[in-house]
Amino acid sequence: MSKTESWGSRVGLILAMAGNAVGLGNFLRFPVQAIQNGGGAFIIPYLVCFLLMGIPLLWIEWSMGRFGGRSGHHSTPFILHNMDPKRALWKYVGVFGIFTNIAVAAYYCYLESWTLSYIWHSISGTFLDMGADGVAAFFTSYVDIGVSTTGIPYEAIWFWLICLLLNTWILSRGLSGGVEKMAKVGMPLLILFGLFLAIRGVTLKAGEHGAINDGTAGLNFLWTPDYSSIWKPSVWLAAAGQIFFTLSVGMGSIQCYASYVRKKDDIALNAMSAGWMNEFVEVVLGGAIIIPIAIGYLGIDKVKELTATGGLGLGFKTLPYLFTQWGPWLSAIAGVCWFGLLFFAGITSSLAMGTPVMGFLQDEFGWKRGPSAWMFGLVVLVLGLPTVLFFEHGVFDEYDYWAGTVSLVVFALFEVILFAWVFGMDKGWAEINLGADLRPPPVYRFIIKYVTPAILAVVFLGSLPGIWEKLTAPASPYLHASRLLLLGLYLGIALLVRKAYLNRKRHAHGLV
Amino acid sequence: MNTSALILMLAAVLTVTGFMAYFFFRVLTTPPKPEPDSYSENDPEP
Repeated sequence: MSKTESWGSRVGLILAMAGNAVGLGNFLRFPVQAIQNGGGAFIIPYLVCFLLMGIPLLWIEWSMGRFGGRSGHHSTPFILHNMDPKRALWKYVGVFGIFTNIAVAAYYCYLESWTLSYIWHSISGTFLDMGADGVAAFFTSYVDIGVSTTGIPYEAIWFWLICLLLNTWILSRGLSGGVEKMAKVGMPLLILFGLFLAIRGVTLKAGEHGAINDGTAGLNFLWTPDYSSIWKPSVWLAAAGQIFFTLSVGMGSIQCYASYVRKKDDIALNAMSAGWMNEFVEVVLGGAIIIPIAIGYLGIDKVKELTATGGLGLGFKTLPYLFTQWGPWLSAIAGVCWFGLLFFAGITSSLAMGTPVMGFLQDEFGWKRGPSAWMFGLVVLVLGLPTVLFFEHGVFDEYDYWAGTVSLVVFALFEVILFAWVFGMDKGWAEINLGADLRPPPVYRFIIKYVTPAILAVVFLGSLPGIWEKLTAPASPYLHASRLLLLGLYLGIALLVRKAYLNRKRHAHGLV
Repeated sequence: MNTSALILMLAAVLTVTGFMAYFFFRVLTTPPKPEPDSYSENDPEP
């Protein structure tokens, strides 16, 4: 995916970048975070963090990627190394940009496969006569792969393999022929499905189809502000965390996508367009679907109880049952829309996880596009198998914690220091403005240099007690094995980076 | 809905939708850079 790859169109690039950012968290995590952190008042720290941390990180990652792409680098180890070639450290920091993508893809593809399976079950009417407890029990038995509720043995594994094959096949079609085409189809459909469900959710009427509240009661619950929460540091940490994860920053995938943009082409406006598109999906659509529908049928107390452990249960255990209240046809349509939008949100993100790995193999080892895509699929298959087989033992959550949470913050902190303090703000600011179709406000020079690193440092320090608690708490052999596997993955990639670096040196000295 | 929830929701939704629409509109209306650019669909026919 290196020398011969390019984006087909500017809109395609923006949709692919927005698709990378939009994930299941936009619909399942954001509304739950808002409920738990001050209701409507949460939007204030949330948008402040977007302006002070999200936008700067988007500009930093887009410009780092384009800068690295000019020297033929499409993955973070050598994109970072290229910015400060004298220090060996950066290429090993850049390992995070490959490690995170593989490790997150390993469990994320499983999550994505649930949505594929639930689309099938929505169409085939599996949930129609199950009742609330039956639908919740279906999910539990689904992830306990030994139990089959539909007669297909090991159903969850089959759907996972289909999903993985689909991802790998699309990746093997290349950037404009696969990833971009998927984004051009998936993103408009996602927004269309989201609008349908949002309108349906908000216009729910108490007494119709068994609803006990109007849909607006859910909006009222979600948006009623508790302004006292603004003074709580935990709410700001939650807002910063949500912005961080929703934008897919700190992963290395934005740098990879941007590395295929030429020097004279804009990144400043592109980054804003993709970033605000993600915010639209999260705040406008994400806030108008799951909570209004759930409160319409279950009431506030029940929803508070269900969201105490996150939004996943509400999305997979509760919503399919609530859709059945709308009758067989509308419930099938709503199921396809809901799980379809989650599927498109998921696949446009998982495809972005494959491209840096493929870029690395192609740049450093001369692999062709097809074999590098299938190698990514194979590694994800091997690493993802424990998350499928031992889901109930917490392996899935363990991957999510170390790769999908801690690694992102660590990598983002390092990259902002590299960009603002080592590469330098003069060069960095010039890089952001190069070919720009939008003039970034000069105040962002100050924000990128001082404010963003400070916020990231606070987020990192704020997560240290949790990391310590996690490391010192008693853990099952499954969790220890997961940690060793992830550590092994990081070290394995670091060794490949070392080998690639030595190859480059040999080539530079004419020894090969 | 109570007034404060309604005001906050409308302000957030309009702000986010407005910025998204504005930036996307600018992308759509900005003429492409002279070739060679980053996008293969702009390439001249061989």
